[in-house]
Amino acid sequence: MFTAARIAHYASLAAIIWRMTIELHAPDVALTAMSGDEGDLIQRLRAGDKSACAECIDRHSAGVYRLALRMVNDPHEAEDIVQETFLNAFKAIDSFEGRAGLGTWLYRIAYNTALMRLRKKQPLYVSIDATSTGNEEEGLTTPLQLFDWCCLPEEDFQTSEARTELERAIAELPETLRAVFVLRELEGLSTDETAQVLNVSVANVKVRLHRARLWLRERLAGYFTELASQATEQTAHT
Amino acid sequence: MAHTNCEHLLADLSDYIDGEAADAVCAEIERHLADCADCRAVVDTLRKTIYLYRNLPQPALPEATRTRLLAAFTFDTAPDT
Ligand SMILES: [Zn+2]
Repeated sequence: MFTAARIAHYASLAAIIWRMTIELHAPDVALTAMSGDEGDLIQRLRAGDKSACAECIDRHSAGVYRLALRMVNDPHEAEDIVQETFLNAFKAIDSFEGRAGLGTWLYRIAYNTALMRLRKKQPLYVSIDATSTGNEEEGLTTPLQLFDWCCLPEEDFQTSEARTELERAIAELPETLRAVFVLRELEGLSTDETAQVLNVSVANVKVRLHRARLWLRERLAGYFTELASQATEQTAHT
Repeated sequence: MAHTNCEHLLADLSDYIDGEAADAVCAEIERHLADCADCRAVVDTLRKTIYLYRNLPQPALPEATRTRLLAAFTFDTAPDT
């Protein structure tokens, strides 16, 4: 029974991975020119060239790792996701047609792998949050923090405490906003590329990025407003 | 956010900050900002937020992870013989 359930489980995972690797070849995906360099690498990967695997890992593993880490917030699990991503990518390389760049395709596999893991861990939370498209086009949350903390001394923004606060805020970004935020703002993907990775519309990427920025602003305001009020109190006492 | 059109402008603030808003929208936002301290604070702190996270050092791939990856894919995989 247990074994049968496991086989069924892995079969369904395999089906999901297969779907997600071929989705990028849908005709509506914009055809991006594959550079000769990348074309050559893909030819060698298809031929089973080990040095091509190493080259692909060298080029793309850092980005894939950063995305995985931001998604799951755990270095060990991020490493597992990177392993799975390259394993699945090398297995499916014959079906990769180069409509998107190799990097975009790898981000897509990594994103889906991370999402499956999150779904297994927190089925209710992720299934409601990550797959819902509702609420996206509705009105934005009104900003509540209206103190202008932007003109604090520059050194107040460069402390390790401030950086920790920012890291924590990014880690707490809602699931649906975080992947868009990481790909667009931290990995530097274009709006089109981000839309391809996440399989959502360009308009959706723009809305989610704007929401993520407003969310982070609101979240950071608490910390920096407090810092500013402490500075004001100190000035008043001297 | 006391004025009636503060919320109306909110949706365009990212485009405005990124320099991607249409001229008419920019002009409307700038007219509003001249007159609304709350929205000025939102725009200033939104800009600062973007500046801060874009300058945040990004996590590096640990050397041990890179070594394990390369080993898994270039040495440990048996050829199909
Ligand atoms: Zn206003």
